[in-house]
Amino acid sequence: MFDPRPLNVTVNGATVQRTVDSRVHLADFLRKELGLTGTHIGCEHGVCGACTVLVNGASVRACLMLAVQAEGCAVQTIESVAAPGGALHPIQSALARHHGLQCGYCTPGVVMTLLELQRESAGRAVSEHEVRAALSGNLCRCTGYQGMVDAALEVLNAPAAQS
Amino acid sequence: MTSASAAPARPGWIGRNAARVEDDVLLRGGARFLDDIVLPDALEATFVRSPIAHGLIRSMNLDAARALPGVHAVLAFTDLRAVLTQDDIPLALPAGGLRFDVNPTCLVIHEACYVGEPVAMVIASSRRIAEDAAALVELDLEPLPAVVDPVEGLEPGAPKARLSCPDNLVAKTKVDYGDVEGAFAGAAQVVARAFRLNKGGGHPMEPRGVVARYDEIADQLTVWNSTQMPHRAKAMLVETLGLAEHQVRVTTPDVGGGFGTKAVFHPEELAVPAAAMLLKRPIKWVEDRFESFTASIGEREQVWTVEAAFDADGRIRGIRGTLRYDHGAATPYGIALPFNAATNLIGPYALPAYRMDIDLCMTNKTPAAPTRGAGRPQGTFVMERLMDAMAQRIGLPRDEIRRRNMIQPGQMPFTIPVKQRDGSMMVYDSGDYPECQRRALEIAGWDDFPARQKQAREQGRYIGLGLTNYVEATGRGPFESVSISIGPSGRIVVSSGATAQGQGVKTMLAQVVADVLGVAPESIHVVVGDTSATPAGLGAYASRQAVTAGNAAYRAATLVAEKAKTAAAELLEASVDDLVVNDGRVEVNGVPGHGKSLTQIARALAGTPGFALPGNLPPGLSASNDFMTSGLSYTNGCHLAEVEVDPDTGGVKILRYVVVHDCGRMINPMMVEGQILGGVVHGVGMTLFEWMRYDADGQPLTVTFADYLLPTSDVVPRIEIHHLESPTPLNPLGVKGAAESGTIGAPATIVSAIEDALRPLDVRITQVPVTPPQLRALIRQAQVAESAP
Repeated sequence: MFDPRPLNVTVNGATVQRTVDSRVHLADFLRKELGLTGTHIGCEHGVCGACTVLVNGASVRACLMLAVQAEGCAVQTIESVAAPGGALHPIQSALARHHGLQCGYCTPGVVMTLLELQRESAGRAVSEHEVRAALSGNLCRCTGYQGMVDAALEVLNAPAAQS
Repeated sequence: MTSASAAPARPGWIGRNAARVEDDVLLRGGARFLDDIVLPDALEATFVRSPIAHGLIRSMNLDAARALPGVHAVLAFTDLRAVLTQDDIPLALPAGGLRFDVNPTCLVIHEACYVGEPVAMVIASSRRIAEDAAALVELDLEPLPAVVDPVEGLEPGAPKARLSCPDNLVAKTKVDYGDVEGAFAGAAQVVARAFRLNKGGGHPMEPRGVVARYDEIADQLTVWNSTQMPHRAKAMLVETLGLAEHQVRVTTPDVGGGFGTKAVFHPEELAVPAAAMLLKRPIKWVEDRFESFTASIGEREQVWTVEAAFDADGRIRGIRGTLRYDHGAATPYGIALPFNAATNLIGPYALPAYRMDIDLCMTNKTPAAPTRGAGRPQGTFVMERLMDAMAQRIGLPRDEIRRRNMIQPGQMPFTIPVKQRDGSMMVYDSGDYPECQRRALEIAGWDDFPARQKQAREQGRYIGLGLTNYVEATGRGPFESVSISIGPSGRIVVSSGATAQGQGVKTMLAQVVADVLGVAPESIHVVVGDTSATPAGLGAYASRQAVTAGNAAYRAATLVAEKAKTAAAELLEASVDDLVVNDGRVEVNGVPGHGKSLTQIARALAGTPGFALPGNLPPGLSASNDFMTSGLSYTNGCHLAEVEVDPDTGGVKILRYVVVHDCGRMINPMMVEGQILGGVVHGVGMTLFEWMRYDADGQPLTVTFADYLLPTSDVVPRIEIHHLESPTPLNPLGVKGAAESGTIGAPATIVSAIEDALRPLDVRITQVPVTPPQLRALIRQAQVAESAP
């Protein structure tokens, strides 16, 4: 059953070369092989969004992608969003300010989704409807989503973001 | 400011939206949840679970699984029994009404009683190999008829959910006070209704999980458990593994949500530590989502038939009826849940006579136990639907009939002659229910709504406004503990038997202590959920931790401040009365800079060999308090929801949601609102989306988030929250709990709004969740009835 395959992937800017079992999904690879435990596993069937990472800049459910499928790709996880000990990304600090997180289990996936929305909106003002649509693939049981939505609206619609 | 001459008051921390001390590490992805714990030499476990709802084990062949490379052990019940003191997991909550014991076991002994019940345990070098091996276990079960429906299960001739029990009526209890027969005999009006509320769950985003390590040299067992109640988990392990208290430590890592799911001690929480002792290797088990749908407790399934008797002016005289409750296949927790449902029905209303007969039906489904709201959403649902029915019967506005029946603030404390678990009567301690409703109506534009509704109907749109009042018993005792210690390092360490699953418990405790000691909350180190840090504790259930641990922290911090002042008086040769504690220092009032830091005082109180302690005080700048409750503090609220129903699809859209909430004094309003928001949305799920379904054989049909729908950001409304603050007289801080209240009010509110929207069709909703196909069918029936000649 063990089917080892070579894997070359860039993770958070660093080149990673590993041999992985072909059936290992990307979330397990990040967590167990690389120790990047900020990517959380909530359902392993692609609905909850807790494991959301960016692959070549686009959001991906890391539980639905095999690690070997990331060959040659650039993967970005929550650990890269703020430098260790450094300032939080504006989306992260806005989430805290607006109480957009409680238990924090879904939070890394939410941050990655909002980073993608920020890149896609490219300074254009976003509506609450757009933010709610973007977040609709990230399940949260604690917050009722309101704080996340407000955090995203504040950061994405800040004057600096739109200049 | 009331006194201009006093020194400028430092801003207190209680009542402020302090930033959460938990957030930074969570936002960076640096938190340590259960599955992030990696122990050297650890093995991983998976469980072979019953694939059928009811059956007897004929045989189980483990050979092929055991032979798979990488597999360390495949264990059946008899294997684990070698390290257990008894077969079953003891009852967590004793109950008089239980007719027979159906305690769970860590693995099935002979008879599997629900799909997902653990039958065998596979332990391997990795989860993948363990799952491969689990697929090789040959389990031969003789199928037995399954009990699925809690009404059918109580009928004569129903199959038995457990062969060893005489029938399925696992418990029978009741609420009974006042002259119920007289109330009905003399009533001008009686309305009768029947309701079914379906099964749902807590579904924290992080499923359950356990890591256990047995240290042979120290003869100690350490268990990391994603639980709400580590102290009870420890007590269970002490009892079932035959260990002494000092040999067991249960500690919680960061926990990704609980909602009741993680309060109950589940079979795996014993199986994993037992296996770790048996194999003398660390073992990790992390629940996957399929397991969490089938093996984690849920609840909500209740079938009610009720009648309300009332006078011509709408004043309620009495309520009677029956409540049949899906207990599931075992008793992991007792029978408090349906009792909560029946008593919370009473709500903020003066109900003179009441009898509810409660039958708990054992079924071949996952055991039921409290989930956010713990039965109260159902009871409130029934009462509020009766209120609407009564209003409609006599042509009274829905707000007015409620107003006429409300307990008035001048009647507080208000005693209801219902005996509770601890033998005391139900007493509402405080609150202003009429004012709460008045404000909610005003904010939601109740008076203007009929005109808007009429206008919308002219445009073919069906909008409606729903209304609900409710109470919640919070802060359940008997106690919670807090210890505060400042050692020579100067660090303020607060440890508590409270536990955290995302509510912000550390922030809450830090704020209370910061308020008393005049320091910043982020400078305080809080340790919760660790039995080695706090010998006694109870943990997270019943919206209790701000009440119990919050007040324990307040009292302990006050003791620390007093001791610091007494010691400083000695060191400074000043009078205690002249000293103030501020900014981590004890200073002479009005003489800034003349004082001692808490660190200096802590060093002095740590003792020096041969020297006396300052003022001959007992050593250590520390204090502990066990806050013991003297009663439940009742939170209350009023919810209004405006919805639009699409008559063609049966879809319901929530246009607006208003909450006026009273949980007494708030320690951190932002976090209180977070609790209300999450609670309401859980209730929205219960009303419109969440339905744990089973087929007629007891096979679960909704075991993914694609089938069991949680509310998502695009279907959840913006929720407007307003507060009343009626402090409870039952604790020094005046606080009441807030964690479940949002859920309690939501189902009744939304259904009231749907019925209001469909008033022209007179659609009557008797079941939740209200899914689009069901609502479409009800609308269709009404349309057919209307068009009939």
